[in-house]
Amino acid sequence: MSDDTVTVFERSRTGRRAFVAPETDVPAVPVEDLLPANAIRAQPADLPEISEPELVRHYTTLSSKNFHLDEGFYPLGSCTMKHNPKLHERVAALPGHARLHPLQDPEYAQGALELMRNLQVALGEIAGLPHVSLQPSAGSHGELTGLLLTRAYHEDRGEQRTKVLTPDTAHGTNPATVTMAGYEVVKVGTADDGGVDLDDLRAKAGDDVACLMLTNPNTLGLFDRNIEEIARIVHDAGATLYYDGANLNAVMGIARPGDMGFDIVHFNLHKTFTQPHGGGGPGAGPIACSDRIEPFLPVPQVVERDGAFDLDFDRPRSIGKLRGFQGNFGVFVRSYAYICSLGADGLKDVSQVAVLNANYLKALMAEPGLAEYLPIAFDRTCMHEFVVSGRGAKEELGIRTLDIAKRMLDHDVHPPTVYFPLLVDEALMIEPTETETKERLDQFAEVVRAILEEAKADPEVARTAPHTTPVRRLDEAGAAKRPVVRWRPDG
Amino acid sequence: MSRYTGVTDEDLRAMLGAIGVDSLEELFADIPESVRLGREIDLPPGRSEQEVYEHLAALAGRNRSTEEEVTFLGAGMYDHYVPALIDTLLSRSEFLTPYTPYQPEISQGGLQVMFEFQTAISELTGLPVANASVYEGPSAVAAAGYLAKLETKRAKLVASRGLHPHSRAALVTHAAGYAMEVVEVPLDDEGYTEVEGLAAAVDDDTAAVFVQQPNFLGTVEELGPLVEAGKRTGAMLVCAADPIPLSILKPPGAFGVDLCVGEGQTLGNRLDFGGPSFGFFAADERFIRKMPGRIAGETHDVDGRRGFVLTLQTREQHIRREKATHNICTAQALNALAGVVYLSWLGKRGFVELGELLLRRTHYAREALGLEAINPGPVVREFAVRVPDLDSAIARARDAGINPGYPLRRDFPEFSDGLLIAVTERRTKEHIDRLAAVITGEPAESRPAVAPAAASSAGAASSTRAPSPPTGVRV
Repeated sequence: MSDDTVTVFERSRTGRRAFVAPETDVPAVPVEDLLPANAIRAQPADLPEISEPELVRHYTTLSSKNFHLDEGFYPLGSCTMKHNPKLHERVAALPGHARLHPLQDPEYAQGALELMRNLQVALGEIAGLPHVSLQPSAGSHGELTGLLLTRAYHEDRGEQRTKVLTPDTAHGTNPATVTMAGYEVVKVGTADDGGVDLDDLRAKAGDDVACLMLTNPNTLGLFDRNIEEIARIVHDAGATLYYDGANLNAVMGIARPGDMGFDIVHFNLHKTFTQPHGGGGPGAGPIACSDRIEPFLPVPQVVERDGAFDLDFDRPRSIGKLRGFQGNFGVFVRSYAYICSLGADGLKDVSQVAVLNANYLKALMAEPGLAEYLPIAFDRTCMHEFVVSGRGAKEELGIRTLDIAKRMLDHDVHPPTVYFPLLVDEALMIEPTETETKERLDQFAEVVRAILEEAKADPEVARTAPHTTPVRRLDEAGAAKRPVVRWRPDG
Repeated sequence: MSRYTGVTDEDLRAMLGAIGVDSLEELFADIPESVRLGREIDLPPGRSEQEVYEHLAALAGRNRSTEEEVTFLGAGMYDHYVPALIDTLLSRSEFLTPYTPYQPEISQGGLQVMFEFQTAISELTGLPVANASVYEGPSAVAAAGYLAKLETKRAKLVASRGLHPHSRAALVTHAAGYAMEVVEVPLDDEGYTEVEGLAAAVDDDTAAVFVQQPNFLGTVEELGPLVEAGKRTGAMLVCAADPIPLSILKPPGAFGVDLCVGEGQTLGNRLDFGGPSFGFFAADERFIRKMPGRIAGETHDVDGRRGFVLTLQTREQHIRREKATHNICTAQALNALAGVVYLSWLGKRGFVELGELLLRRTHYAREALGLEAINPGPVVREFAVRVPDLDSAIARARDAGINPGYPLRRDFPEFSDGLLIAVTERRTKEHIDRLAAVITGEPAESRPAVAPAAASSAGAASSTRAPSPPTGVRV
C-alpha cells in the first residue's frame, strides 16, 4: 500500500496530539459523580492520535488528488460548474456572518435578515415570482418543498390528487422527489424536436394530476417553444407547474419562469449563483412561488416591519419547517455578493455568454472528425448546454462514452455528464458555462479530436484509460458487492 | 463583458461566425416573444469588488457575533472553538471547488475524506455504517422517518418532546408527504422522555420511535428503557444526537438503536446563522442498502492499488429515479470534511478531555446560577432553568455584554420562564460567574462560593434553592 492512500486512522500513533484542552478552571469533579454509570462511554471513540503537522500534511496530500474547478475546464452538463469568485469566501468569513448564532435575537441580526430579504427580492425578480423562501438546503430539497406546497395547496381546496408528471428527460431527483412526497410518477414523452410531447401531456393531464415538474431549458439544453401551451394544459387540469431551476443559468434577464406560467421555482445557488460545490455540497435550494401558493410557505419568513427586519413564525397555513433554523445562510451571503457584483446587466450577460459558449462549442463539435463519432443528439440552437451521442464512436471506433470520458482525465479536462439524459444513446451532456473563454472551448474540442484520432489507431488506449491519474479504473462492482464503508483496525 | 466572463468583441464575431448566426439575440429565437422579459431585471447595476465588499461588511457589522458578546446560546448550534487549520484546509481550491466525485480517478482526495468521515461517525455513534453526510440535523431526522417507512411499511412515527423542536417540525412537514402520522411523547417533570408514555404510544403500526441524546433541554436520557419500550412492537429506534457529548456518553449504538442521526455543526463548522453545516446518518448494517445519500467505499484499481469510490449507488436518485431511497443529491461534503478534520485534531484523548471539560463547566454553571432546574438530572453541555422575571434578566445580561441563552417559551409554552443555557469550552468560569451574577442580580463576589462536593449527583435533583430576587445590580 503506497503511503498516500493511508487513512488518517492508520497514521495514528499512541501519544501524539494536535489539541491541548483549555484549563479546567472549575472543580475537577469525577465524571462518575456527574453521570450515571450506565450512561458513561466505556471505551473512547477510536479517533486518530496525530500531531498538527502530520494532520495538515495528510489532508493537503489528499487534496492534491482532486481535480477541481480552479485547475481546469469542467463542462459537467446540468451542474453549471462556473467560476467561484474569491470575494465570496472573504465576505462569508466576516465574523458578523460566520460567527452569528442562528437564534440570535433579530434585533442583533438586522444585517443578516436584511441580506436575506434583499436576496429574496432579487431571486423573486429573476424568477418573476414574488414570494421566496430561502430555507431548502439544496435543489432536491427545494423540489420536495415545491411538492409539499402543491399538496398543501390542493388539500386546502379540498382536492386529493395522486399523480405528478415528469418528462422522460427529467433529472433523477424529480421522480425521486415525487415518490418522497407521496405521489405516483407518470412519465411524459419527448417529441421529435426535443420538447414535451403535447399530445401525451394532454392525454395524461387529468384531474388526478397534482403537478408537472419541468426544466426549461430542458436537460437536452433546449428551450421548450410550447411552454405557454404546456402551462395552459397543466393549469386547465388544476395542477401546478413546477420549474426545476437547475438550468436557470440560460435565461436570466431574458425570460422568467413566472412569466412562462410556472407556479413554483427552485434555485440551485450552488449552480447558477456560484456557491462553490465543495466536492458534493454545501448548496442551497431556495424556492419562489406565486400568490396562490404563498400562504403555505415554510416558517419562518423574513418580514420587514416599521423599518426593522424580523422572522415571522405566525403563518397558520404554512407547511412548517423543512430543516433547522433559516437555511444555509453562508450560501446566501455568497450568492447575494454575486448578484450585487453583476447587477441586472451582468446577470443577463451571464446567460447570453453561457448560451453563446454552448452554441460555439456545439459548432466545434459539429466539425468533421468529431460529428461522425459524436453526433449532436437534437441538432437545433441550444441554450446553455447540449447533448451528443457516443453512438458513432461505439460503432465506428469501438470505444464507448465511458472510455472517452476516462481518456479526457489524462488530458486534464473533467468529462461532461455521461449517460444522461437517458433517452440519448451513450450520451455526453456538455455545459461549458459563461466563465470559460473561447481558447478553453477550442482546447476542449481539440482534446476530443485527439482522443478520437487516437482511437482510430488504437482504441485500447481509451478503453484502458485513464493512465496518468493517481489511480486507474476502480473496481466499483466489487465495492458494491462487498461494501467496505469504514476503516477497521483489523482490516 | 462582466469580470467573470471573457468574450472580447473579436471573440464574439468569431464565435457567432462559427455558429452561423449574426447576433446573440438569434440564439434565443426559441423563446417565444410573449414570454420574454422585454426589459432589464429590476435590480441595481453591477458594482466593483471593492464596493460589494464594503456593502457586505456593513451588513455584517449590523449583526452581533459570538466575538462581540459572551454567549450561552445553544439550542442546536453551539459556539465551539474552530481550529485554524480547518480554515486553511477548507479554503484550498482542491477541496472547495470540485463537484461531487462522479469520476473517482480524479477525486481520490474527496472520496478518501468521505471514507474517513464515515469511519469517525461510526466510531462516535457506535453503529457500523454511516453515509458521507446529509443536509443537516432536523432534515436528517426526517430522512430517518422515510427510511422507517420504506423498511416497515407502517404509518406512524412516535417522537419524544425532547427532540429538537426543529426536528419535530421537520419530521411533521416531511411526513405529510410520505403520509405518516407523528405522535408526540411528553417529557416528565424532570425533563426526561416519559418511558410509560412512550410505551403507550407505540403500537403495531409504529414505524419508528425518535428520541434525542442529550435531549433538547440537555438531559442525558436513560436510553436503555426508552429503547426497550420503543422497540417492543418491532418499530425502529432512531436516536438523534449531537456528536460532542458522545465523547463521554455511551454511544447510542451500544443501546441497540437502529439509526443515529444528527446535526454536525459542532464538529468544526461555523455558526453561519444556521448553515451550512452537515447532518450525519449512521445505521445498523442491515439498513445499508436503504440509506439516503452518498456512501464512499474502499476498493482497488486495475493495478491493485487501493482506492475509493461512491458505492451502493443503486440506492440513489440518479440511478434509481422514482425507486430511490431518498431524493438527496448535493449534500454537505465540505462541511463533513471540517467534521473529520476537527475530530482528528481533537484526537482520541482530546475528544474525551473536551467532553469532560464541558461536563464539569456545565454542572458548575447550573450550581452557580442556583435557580430552579427544569431538568435537574445529568447534563453535558446544556441545561434549562426557570428564571424569575426572565425578560428583565435577559435585558440585564445583554446590557452586560452577555447573551444568556435561549428562552424556551416559543417552543415550550409550559416553560414560559425557562432559559436554555449552553456552555462550550469558550465559556470560562469567569464568564459563568458573570452570567450567574447578572441573571440573579447579585454581584459575583457577594455570592457564596460553589462547593464542588455539592455538584449534582447523577440522576438526582441538584438544586432546589429559591432564586434570589433581581436587584438590578449590573456587572
